[in-house]
Amino acid sequence: MTAGLDRLRGAIPPKRHNARTIAALTGNPGCTRRAVLDAAGVDKPQLAQRIGFPGSFGQSRFALARGNGFEAMLKADDCALLREVLAGCLGLDAAGAYDDLGEDADDTLTARHGRTRELLAASAGAALIDHPLLTLDVAGQRVFLEPDLIAFQAGGRLHVVEIKSFAIVDGQADSAKVSAAAVQAAVYVLALRRLLAELGHDPALVSHDVVLVCTENFSLQPVAVVLDVRKQLSTLKRQLTRLASVSSLAAALPESVSFDVALAPADLITALGHVEARYAPECLSTCELAVYCRHEAAGRTAALGRPVRDALGGVDTVAEALALAAGAATPTEEQAEAAALLQAAARLRAEIL
Amino acid sequence: MSTLTALARAQALVAGRAQPVATVRHLHVHSRPLVLIPLAMAGEANAPLAAMAGTDRSAPRLLVVAQPRNRSDRFAFAAELAEILVPYVDSFTSETEAVAVDRGRDVRHRFTDAPQLWVPNTGGVDFLRLFGRSTRFRSTEGEYAVPPSVPLLGRWLTFFAHAAEVAGSSLLLNAVQALGLHWASGQSSAEDAQLAALLGWISPPPGRTGAEAARAAEDPELCPPAGPATDPAFDNHVLAPLLSTADPDVAALTEVLRAQLLPTWELMWRTLDLLRELPPGARVAGRWDSDRDTYSGFVQHLAEGGPPQPRRDGAVAAAARLHRLENAATRYAVQRAFDDPLVMAEYRLTGAAFVGDVTLAKADRIDDSGKRPVLRPRIMVVTTETVRVEPGATLTSPQRPGQKALVISVTAVDEKTEVLLELSGGMGRKLVAEPGSVPEVGERLLLTTLSEAYRPGGAFPEPDQTPWTHGGPPVAFEPPEAGSEQADQQ
Repeated sequence: MTAGLDRLRGAIPPKRHNARTIAALTGNPGCTRRAVLDAAGVDKPQLAQRIGFPGSFGQSRFALARGNGFEAMLKADDCALLREVLAGCLGLDAAGAYDDLGEDADDTLTARHGRTRELLAASAGAALIDHPLLTLDVAGQRVFLEPDLIAFQAGGRLHVVEIKSFAIVDGQADSAKVSAAAVQAAVYVLALRRLLAELGHDPALVSHDVVLVCTENFSLQPVAVVLDVRKQLSTLKRQLTRLASVSSLAAALPESVSFDVALAPADLITALGHVEARYAPECLSTCELAVYCRHEAAGRTAALGRPVRDALGGVDTVAEALALAAGAATPTEEQAEAAALLQAAARLRAEIL
Repeated sequence: MSTLTALARAQALVAGRAQPVATVRHLHVHSRPLVLIPLAMAGEANAPLAAMAGTDRSAPRLLVVAQPRNRSDRFAFAAELAEILVPYVDSFTSETEAVAVDRGRDVRHRFTDAPQLWVPNTGGVDFLRLFGRSTRFRSTEGEYAVPPSVPLLGRWLTFFAHAAEVAGSSLLLNAVQALGLHWASGQSSAEDAQLAALLGWISPPPGRTGAEAARAAEDPELCPPAGPATDPAFDNHVLAPLLSTADPDVAALTEVLRAQLLPTWELMWRTLDLLRELPPGARVAGRWDSDRDTYSGFVQHLAEGGPPQPRRDGAVAAAARLHRLENAATRYAVQRAFDDPLVMAEYRLTGAAFVGDVTLAKADRIDDSGKRPVLRPRIMVVTTETVRVEPGATLTSPQRPGQKALVISVTAVDEKTEVLLELSGGMGRKLVAEPGSVPEVGERLLLTTLSEAYRPGGAFPEPDQTPWTHGGPPVAFEPPEAGSEQADQQ
């Protein structure tokens, strides 16, 4: 973490990234505001609350309970059920060892990460590694990650196993949930590959085929499917490289800019004005600051969604689009075609209504 | 999104109120629809939590599952829902009408009315589809027996969910989509997915703009979500304490769930009111006829003891179904444009349709180059609109749907375009056109590449002739699954 980014956050400790937040970074890559705030580890929910635009990002206790229950069931009795499922899917040796790297003695997590390194350095030891702790550098910040499980296949290839409690009904699952799980698993694959490279092993030992263990149909019976996450991996790598350049971006910000949540709301809003956001309606479901960005983007065509913006000829504001449609504004050269279309559309609407 | 709809959204934002994107109603609104609002238990695989249902606005029925994770409670819910839904769908089988088929050589019968289900959003449709899947294979005997009405409910729900995939069908409708078909709000389509917010734009309360009403509707405390997903805060602070005991207080549970569902219940009926105010499109009744055919066919299928819908279609059934869906989508798009000038305007904008004035008309032109002379009048249409048609293309006009106009030439003159057309059909059988059947000079005419022409069904092999490339003949219906899924989670 660079001093420039630390300064932006103020005196409080940085908010920890996890696979979910890293996965979310791939959602709106063009947004500088999000990149800077995330790189600096700013507590966005608190920031949003402070400036009076709280988002609603609650998670139901029932969903958490079911997820935990499902994982516990799979891992009970030395992972008996999990082995059975993985044996059918990966050809995993069902009799292989199981290593639980267990809980942490302190808050630092470094000890567990050390144990993970040791175990992986020794290579083909355990067949199943539970509670491993990986790290990934995100914008110069070391992030700890906890995959559900790492499984060794008989061939010596490492597979990341992701346990999710959503249902696969007749071979089909909610596509949004599957793609979210795939991006998360890709984060772990990337972290694991970097670790192996550090240890002097071939990073390609980590397979891009991850195993997703879900519930089948309407029961709690597990079912495993293999997902190819190569596409998600390349997106992620590109995004992390971009994020690395964020520290220089942050360094270029004026001294006065700070997102310390102890500051007055008005100051925070001024500070936010220094980092440009690229709001899209999709942000509402992924970014805690989205309600503020939506407020800020009021009157812009992008706030109506990408398809609307494109259909309005990429014109920036709604007022401008309407002025072009009414023939009240003179279009620039590149707007000429869009303006003609808008005028025709306005004429048709006026004629019929 | 078309420029026309995008412009309507921009106008809505400035006006502070949703703008129309249709001049007529494009769906059938039943006089006695069944409104159904399902709520699901968070995290579970489509486990019902509650539902509000009924055909009477003033008397909603509330169904509550005291222990959503308990399978017998879930199937008790299914049986209760069946008690509402099955008598409703059966109530349209009293009267039939005869329809001529095969050019009048035969006759078949269909019911004069059909059921119509309304759910709040596409999530509701998905819930019904999955709930149908989880109930239609249930066994009515053996260890995990359910009442016979449960698998029957499953088959009806599957029928409705399948119908909802057919463009233009009005058997199962969702409020968000139905409203979005007729109005453009000043917010994004992602935000429109919330029924209360969308209605806020369409009919804001007095003294408020659409934007203000929509923002207010986003507060889950004021406006509970329209389901099937519940508000996480409600789950954690209200529901969890009530469900934490082994024997939940059903009365208290019913009260909090009623409070969650009633606002959406009102919104559903307001949606119906708003849609009823619009005049129906001319071709809506025709599509409802097809819906009645589908319904009659399914009633007959059930009466004959046909098997439940398979988990997955076989190769032939899937190909035939896809073909039907594509045909329906094309037909629906054309019919909507022919019914509604505002929808047709989208095609005018892209040049697939244009409005012009007839400047020349030779109504008695005879083409005698073939074996026998035929009547082929020619007209010249001049338009200022974009024309993207090539010579050789066939156009039709909604004013004379039975007539074809062959494009002979397209010539750009100054700011205008002259289109020379040769007409055939719709002019009677003689060599002299029936009066009024050929457009006259001065008439304003809309011409389009869209066509209502009959689309033949696809030719597919019989299922038992499925080629090996497509997996060979499908396995016959298997009896309800035993074992794992029967056991289900307790």
